Amino acid sequence: MSTTTPAPKRAAAPAPKVALDSFQRLSRSTGAEVKQGDVILEVRDLTVNFWVNDSWFTAAEGLDYDLKAGEVLAIVGESGSGKTQSSMSLIGLLPKNGRTTGSAKLKGTELVGMPQSELREIRGNEISVIFQEPMTALNPVYTVGFQIVETLRTHFLMNPSDAKVRAIELMRLVEIPDPEDSFNKFPHQLSGGQRQRIMIAQALACDPKLLIADEPTTALDVTVQAEILKLMRELRTRVNAGIILITHSMGVVADMADRIIVMKDGRVVEHGTAADVFYRPQHPYTKALLAAVPHLGETRIEDGRSDALVVKDREFLALEPADDPSVVPALLLENVDITYPKQGRRPAFRAAEGINLRLNPGEVMGLVGESGSGKTTIGRAAVALLPVSAGKITVCGIDITGANNQELKPFRKTVGMVFQDPGSSLNPRLPIGESIGEPILLHEGLKGEALSKRVEDLLDSVELPRSYRNRYPHELSGGQKQRIGVARALALNPKLLVADEPTSALDVSVQARVLKLFSNLQEQYGFACLFISHDLAVVEMVSSKIAVMTHGKLVEVGATSDIVTYPQHPYTQRLLSAVPVPDPDNQRRRRELRDAIIEREHIVS
Amino acid sequence: MTNYDDSPVRGGAAQGPQAEQAANDSDPNISGDLAHDDAATALTAEGATGRGEGVGQAKETEGLSQGQIVRARFLRHRGALFGLITLSSITLMSVLTMGIGPIPGFWKYQDHTRSGDMVNGGEPSLRLPFAGGGFAIGDHPFGQDSIGSDYFALVMSGVQTSLFVMLVLGLTAMIIGVTIGSISGYYRGKIDMVLMRFTDLIITLPVLILGAVLGRLLDVIPIKLDATAAQREALKANMPLLLAVVLGMILWTGLARLTRSEFLSLREREFVDSARVAGASDWRIITKHMLPNAMGVIIVNVTLLMSVAVTLEAALSFLNFGIKPPNVSLGLLIADNQGAFATRPWLFWWPGLFIILIALSVNFIGDGLRDAFDPRTRKIPSDRAMKKAARELAAANPAAAIQEAK
Repeated sequence: MSTTTPAPKRAAAPAPKVALDSFQRLSRSTGAEVKQGDVILEVRDLTVNFWVNDSWFTAAEGLDYDLKAGEVLAIVGESGSGKTQSSMSLIGLLPKNGRTTGSAKLKGTELVGMPQSELREIRGNEISVIFQEPMTALNPVYTVGFQIVETLRTHFLMNPSDAKVRAIELMRLVEIPDPEDSFNKFPHQLSGGQRQRIMIAQALACDPKLLIADEPTTALDVTVQAEILKLMRELRTRVNAGIILITHSMGVVADMADRIIVMKDGRVVEHGTAADVFYRPQHPYTKALLAAVPHLGETRIEDGRSDALVVKDREFLALEPADDPSVVPALLLENVDITYPKQGRRPAFRAAEGINLRLNPGEVMGLVGESGSGKTTIGRAAVALLPVSAGKITVCGIDITGANNQELKPFRKTVGMVFQDPGSSLNPRLPIGESIGEPILLHEGLKGEALSKRVEDLLDSVELPRSYRNRYPHELSGGQKQRIGVARALALNPKLLVADEPTSALDVSVQARVLKLFSNLQEQYGFACLFISHDLAVVEMVSSKIAVMTHGKLVEVGATSDIVTYPQHPYTQRLLSAVPVPDPDNQRRRRELRDAIIEREHIVS
Repeated sequence: MTNYDDSPVRGGAAQGPQAEQAANDSDPNISGDLAHDDAATALTAEGATGRGEGVGQAKETEGLSQGQIVRARFLRHRGALFGLITLSSITLMSVLTMGIGPIPGFWKYQDHTRSGDMVNGGEPSLRLPFAGGGFAIGDHPFGQDSIGSDYFALVMSGVQTSLFVMLVLGLTAMIIGVTIGSISGYYRGKIDMVLMRFTDLIITLPVLILGAVLGRLLDVIPIKLDATAAQREALKANMPLLLAVVLGMILWTGLARLTRSEFLSLREREFVDSARVAGASDWRIITKHMLPNAMGVIIVNVTLLMSVAVTLEAALSFLNFGIKPPNVSLGLLIADNQGAFATRPWLFWWPGLFIILIALSVNFIGDGLRDAFDPRTRKIPSDRAMKKAARELAAANPAAAIQEAK
């Protein structure tokens, strides 16, 4: 987790010393030179079709826009709105059954219908792409340096040493620590944020005129996302390129975009400046989209809050004193350590240590942290999927520490778990009804009529039609699958529900609906819930208390409003300030706040 | 309560372009919904189908069960279909003509060991129209062997033996391989260590030599144990069964490894954890949740193993280690008639032809099954289909120039 420590603030890197002009271009350059403010991309009536099952399916239709150098155009939409395909069609990266019609001119050169051989010279040279998942977009068997050099030497007549100098400059430009050393590293040796920086360096290698960033920060943690966005914001003024930012996150858009296109079902529903779209949305879809984004309360950094527990350096957070000692907590963790055992040459890894946590019946507690902070580990230990190496876990008065499968059977009835990935948490070979009914079958032995009655009731309670009982998971959308996951977890009316990132795989609007359903069900059934998420805004919506974790330790526990408004621990403050909010002005304030926090921490440390 | 607005039916995308049109036209409703301060419901559709690269696949598999998808994909595979048809007609032909078990078939020479008078030097009486002379089956369509037995009866019995060996071998290997593979993949740790080292040990055994030794032992051991003649006869008659079981007990190793690796990846899937949280026992998780998901890999590899079995049985029999008379097998027929290669080549053609046909069609079926079970295989339209489609688009939309985008 080296990325969570912010890169030391440095003066803007000098412009690359190796001028690309001194090398002979291997690829022809299209159009004229670009200056800030020139129109580089003109898209007229761009339509993307796919030939599916003997008919044309329109993925994106009638896009019209101009893009100037130095400008950021954000294309926003939910998954399946055609935002990615419409941009990939610019460089001819559609699957074989795709066709593009209309016109897209890069500095006057028509891109649509250009032969493959010419497109190859444009890709990576004039137009480059930053992909979503830096781990899969970089080739794991080559060093990152090689991959940047490869791009350079494809398009320029350069000898390897010159290319290396240029690559190191690029890596410095994107603020990779110690670029000379990192040049010879493989992708897996870098953190997620650094890999994404390498992707950006590679994309910038040939001074492209147009940069397509396809969900560049979706796979990253929120603090890392903030850093990458900061980098991209700085870069847009330094390189003469137009940026198309494809994203589903309104927060990211608020942070970056000059102009915004909102797409829905392959059509542009709104097109305007950032301020227009955010403050004066015209189309109902845009309004709904903006309303669906979870908003985070105003954050202030002040001292003077007393009732939350904050960890001091090198100490563990103590257990909160119980308000009413007679209440049996739904979940009680006392000095819990969880260690992943040594595997071969990989040493043992302590994923969580010294955890003290109390969850009262009927209470929803959000557990927040970045990936690798150990929050999922805690959740899995609470349902006895992972053994505890020290300490004690009690669920509704049952001590589950060190119990074997047989002893756990009565305990299983009292807990349910909702998993992160709805696609993976349902058995693809079982009909939905059987999946939901399994816990009932196993614990209550109900069969036939009685069982299907219960299954139908559960389907009703998660607002899905009863007929879905006979469907298979692949026929359902992500949101529907997650509802099934919730129904299954609630099948035995558990006292404790562990929800592990239940909405992180869903679109914003779907997420809003699943969260609403979840809150309703919580009121109705009254279960206690440990709600694990990396998204503070989501946690704020559903939970009454928040626990913040980092590096396997709890650092702060308190009431939701307190944590969100007056965060005490520096890590919580940083986490909160990194969450982008869908409001450009507000976001600018938060950004400044965040820089101030980082500055302050550096002075302290 | 019953707010089903996220069903794919309303969700435009799932219904193709027309429905989308409708969904878009209905946008005004959205503002109506908005008034009820529930902004989220205004957003239509968690449509199951996207617009991205997976769009085609999602639309193809819409509303079908897993089994139906696999069947559709399998039937789309031309090779597999050819294999299926060939294999079933060969099976049908051999069963109909030579009967099965105690039930006799309709072919006039039911006893393939009976010798007869040589007709026309034992040449095949089968005439095909394209070879001239019209179509005729004649008395001995495949000719006669050196002692005058009907070769058609021999070959058909051989085909039955080969198919039988193939099935039994596949079944034996599947039972052992899947059991060992799933146990070691599910439990990991020490059990995995022991089972996999045992598997490695079995892999080192040379199949041909082992087959030969076992074949020899089957001759020698009954004599040493003073078995009665009747017992020895029974043993001989069941030679194909024994051979198949023994070979199956050697050839399960690849299957065990594949099942293990499949289980290793499956056990990381969340639905396994979800079953565990629900309180399912290990047995239930393995049989109900993991095995059905591994079935694709298992079926495919068993079929491929079966095609190996056909050729292996032929090879062993050819070396006189496998099936022995009075049983017939295709390999044995070839071996028996080695000396006649120059004078009566048809004695090679027929068994050879059927070995190739069976092995090839089983292979094709395995190929088709692999493609059908692999969710990543997607139907990519041919160039010709795309050109035709592009013309259609141009006709529908003459103003726009159609551009190729590969």
